[in-house]
Amino acid sequence: MVDMSVDCGGLRLANPVMPASGTFSYQLANVVDLGRLGAFVVKTVTPGVREGNPVPRVVEVDGGMLNSIGIPSNGVDHFVRETIPLYRKWDVPLVVSISAETADQFAALAEKVTVPSVAAIEVNISCPNLEDDGRAFALWPESTLKVMRNIRRATPLPLWAKLTPNTGQIAEVAIAAEEGGANALVAGNTFLAMSVDIHRRRASLGGTTGGLSGPIIKPIALRIAYQCVRAVSIPVIGCGGIMTAEDALEYLLVGCVSVQVGTATFLHPSAMLAVIDGLAAYCETEGISRVADLIGGIGLEVEAVIEGS
Amino acid sequence: MVEAGEFDAVLKSNYWKNEQYKLAEIRLNAMCPEIKPGQFFHILCPSIDYSRPFFRRPMSVYDFDECSSEISFLYKVSGVGTHALAALPNGARINVLGPLGVGFSLPPSRTAIVLLARGVGLATLAPLGRWARERGHAVTAILSARTPSLLMSAKEMRDNGVEVIAVTDIEGTSDVGNVSILLKHLHREGRMDALYTCGSNRLLQLARAVTHKFGIFGEVALEQQMACGLGMCFSCVRPFREGRSIVHRRVCCEGPVFPLQNAMSW
Repeated sequence: MVDMSVDCGGLRLANPVMPASGTFSYQLANVVDLGRLGAFVVKTVTPGVREGNPVPRVVEVDGGMLNSIGIPSNGVDHFVRETIPLYRKWDVPLVVSISAETADQFAALAEKVTVPSVAAIEVNISCPNLEDDGRAFALWPESTLKVMRNIRRATPLPLWAKLTPNTGQIAEVAIAAEEGGANALVAGNTFLAMSVDIHRRRASLGGTTGGLSGPIIKPIALRIAYQCVRAVSIPVIGCGGIMTAEDALEYLLVGCVSVQVGTATFLHPSAMLAVIDGLAAYCETEGISRVADLIGGIGLEVEAVIEGS
Repeated sequence: MVEAGEFDAVLKSNYWKNEQYKLAEIRLNAMCPEIKPGQFFHILCPSIDYSRPFFRRPMSVYDFDECSSEISFLYKVSGVGTHALAALPNGARINVLGPLGVGFSLPPSRTAIVLLARGVGLATLAPLGRWARERGHAVTAILSARTPSLLMSAKEMRDNGVEVIAVTDIEGTSDVGNVSILLKHLHREGRMDALYTCGSNRLLQLARAVTHKFGIFGEVALEQQMACGLGMCFSCVRPFREGRSIVHRRVCCEGPVFPLQNAMSW
């Protein structure tokens, strides 16, 4: 029997597999046993009501998808009152993703979701579909540090900072999030992208640009997760293009302590369970008694080569 | 009771019903879940050559036999996903997720209902006709298409005891004015206590006006591009009129069947 548990940013998880925010809700319980997941990460909640973006909100591309959903939200009060209780029937840590427009709003929102049922807060400072042209706090170290510091003062809960691959300064942003009080990093959100419908001669998405996800992004997302692992001493949660246990293993081996699975769930609702089963099977085959022993398994030699190149 | 979920299935047959639509008949490799007319399955279409669909494709159930776990889908071959599906040979394995969504509801028994279908509605409303007949409703179906050869389901509906009225563009019988007159006649004759529609924007507008005027029950089945199919991703929203406000509802889990009076034309 493989020990699947991991320590992840202030939480002890039964296994290292959880959903990516925006791709999960309690409705998945209609077709999947949610009690087996390592954590629940729910769709981002915002301070007030948001309608979301115009349709089409998604478009498929070869090997992935673009989304411009725009975080439709009933607002935080409705969320705390109506949505949080829906998750109490499972004994799985509930991680609440939050997003706001200013550092002060972020702090106030974090305070509001600091309630007994919530185990941790994922700080979505990286959604490409909110600000102008995909601008987000996590594009720059300065704005990341400021917003994380504000939120840190507002709540005692573990904070997971969800970073964006759309920055040219991933290591600096990761360090800023750590300095700002993050207990873990999630690397990362979707890639700002677009596609054109040549028959209608307009952008395929109602929101014009959107976030690219799916297997097409995995090699780049993996590289970003690895760069975060090297930059900080807090745990990094890998996210980006994970469809199978093999993909998840790559993230663990570069040093991520756990993984988030998103787009794969749209194709196979049981994808996260298949990843959990596949990780356990790999450990059994390889004679590894604790899945945590795999973390960072590619070792330091590779690091030295990259740094020396 | 078997619940909705992901099923492996075998494609029993996959043939052209007319120049636009194919009929795929599958058999689940498991006990069949309970299916309600109006519900859909989310179908994982294969990749063939340059047709590499990424998302599943939602398809309304055309016919089903729960005893034999056999389900069929009538689909228009139009895009990447349906081209790939159309190329699948008999005996191919296929993965389906369902049944999903809210199906049709019938008014109290012995009432007479009317189905108003065009395009994909010819597929979506067919199982409702059979289901309603089995529950003792008198059913009249107005089936609309561009040409007589594109009319589907007419024979199947008649076999199930549905009174079929076919209207087509080339015969000049399918215009809204004529269909409106047909509906008024049906109502006057006591054959329309409820009205169901699917597949046409113009017919939706007409059906909404007619049910409003006569104060009768009505439902519409709507389509929208979907990703998860389970209510998680909020991709498949459409606007609806509820009271004085316009709200967005998810077609996958709050529909695809909606009250006719709330539906907005597109």
